[in-house]
Amino acid sequence: MRQGRDRSEDVDRGMKLDNLTQSVGEWLRGTGPESDIVMSSRVRLARNVAQFPFVSRATEQDRAEIERFLRDRITSAPVGHGLEYIDVGGLEEVDRQFLVERQLISRELADAQGARGVGIDGREQVSLMINEEDHLRIQCVHSGLDLAGVWQQIAGVDDGIERVVPYAFHPRWGYLTACPTNVGTGIRVSVMLHLPALVMTRQIDKVFRSLHKISLAVRGLYGEGSQAMGDFYQISNQTTLGKTEEELVEQVGDVVPVLIEYERRAREFLVRETQQNVHDQVSRAYGILRTAQTITAEETMQLLSRVRMGVLLGLIGDVDISAINVLLVRTQPAHLQKIRGLELDTKDRNIERARYLRQHFEGGGGGSAAGNN
Amino acid sequence: MKCQQCDKQAVFHITELETGEVRELHLCEDHARTYLNQSEAGGGEEPETGGGITGPLGVGQTADELAVLDQKSCPMCGISFFEFRNQGRLGCPHDYVHFEKELEPLIANIHGAVRHTGRRPSREGSLAGLPEGTEELTSIIGLRRAMKEAIACEAYETAREHRDAIRALEQRWLGAAGT
Repeated sequence: MRQGRDRSEDVDRGMKLDNLTQSVGEWLRGTGPESDIVMSSRVRLARNVAQFPFVSRATEQDRAEIERFLRDRITSAPVGHGLEYIDVGGLEEVDRQFLVERQLISRELADAQGARGVGIDGREQVSLMINEEDHLRIQCVHSGLDLAGVWQQIAGVDDGIERVVPYAFHPRWGYLTACPTNVGTGIRVSVMLHLPALVMTRQIDKVFRSLHKISLAVRGLYGEGSQAMGDFYQISNQTTLGKTEEELVEQVGDVVPVLIEYERRAREFLVRETQQNVHDQVSRAYGILRTAQTITAEETMQLLSRVRMGVLLGLIGDVDISAINVLLVRTQPAHLQKIRGLELDTKDRNIERARYLRQHFEGGGGGSAAGNN
Repeated sequence: MKCQQCDKQAVFHITELETGEVRELHLCEDHARTYLNQSEAGGGEEPETGGGITGPLGVGQTADELAVLDQKSCPMCGISFFEFRNQGRLGCPHDYVHFEKELEPLIANIHGAVRHTGRRPSREGSLAGLPEGTEELTSIIGLRRAMKEAIACEAYETAREHRDAIRALEQRWLGAAGT
């Protein structure tokens, strides 16, 4: 499949992604309101172009036309200024996985067939996915708790695209989507939270049950179908019709302060009632990360989660919280391979991951100065 | 999708085939367990389906009625209601118009609402954002399909007519840029 492609295109594409390995994505910045618990705030809008069949019904030729139609208009519109466009269909699997780990594209887009792409802004706040489940998925993410800011930004992007793209819209049903579960506003509002103390105090299931009762969904770190790894959870709306976008943003936003309060109380409880035990768990996690010779991505995530909580509770003094956030993504399989510039199987990745972690922590653990070679 | 008996998420989707009748049930874990236990115990109370006679996706419909409904297909993209029920994805924007009656109970069950109250396209100096814009542009999907079929049958005059109709619609709604 890769035969016959202009090699300069490959080099160019590789460079774009290599540049990303040097930067820190928006959701990893570790700043913004309540960033000790709220990792990021995200909104996505599902949109379709009126004159094409939905993606699952589209032929290969249709998909190519949809991709070209949207790419041309998005990149030339004012909203596309500074947007980096990546042809996802032409990427190697490791590069697609790299974009998934960075949360710039969905697993579904990575695994799809045919013409598809993504436009990403320089700060990695906005990503525009073409030919995912819908023709266009607009996503905007900010670090910390900032749903109002995210909504304001994405509404502006949506307005800008609407000037040049004829969205499929029905007066009764709203924005028309491939799956009726997204019809109407096409909006998914989500907040990613780090809730280790609620997990350790075994209160997390109770919290999730009450969220389900008010029609909110709980997902893992990588969205639909993904397992919660390292005590990171995404809370999002389940319905998209019958309420305005602002009401749906509010529905998710209203519950976040309550969850933050629960997590803070659980952290206080742990420190007050079981300090020695918590300190021990955090220190052991830190010890393993600094000395392990081979380690899986899952274990790394779990241990980094514990260390992150330990830093925030003042139990570990010499680690920077933003550095922990960076390690969360840089120790994932595709990132590790991109950073090392090597294709590695699972066994070698586990060895390389342990080496990368040791190098990072030997360097003092501060900032984002982990070795990149 | 909500459980037909309470507000919880429906996680079990059960299709019952009894004495020639097809019945679909969408239940949460608790209600599914109760229902299945009752079924195994040889009947007992049947769960009330929230939608009554016009419940979601063919609940309460006979196999014959459902078979007729399944055959109905969109004149634009050609998807049948059966294909939609199997895949869970619609074929094109016109499906929301063509299958409106069938989709309404399903959408009501998912969202608890049947009318959009949020943002609307407000393109200044362009008509494509208006509802009739969507309807006319969506007709291009049907015209493209018809054009391909005409070419396959070597009916080139018909194919040319379809092509010209597509161009006229693109010119009208998308301007000179077209596709």
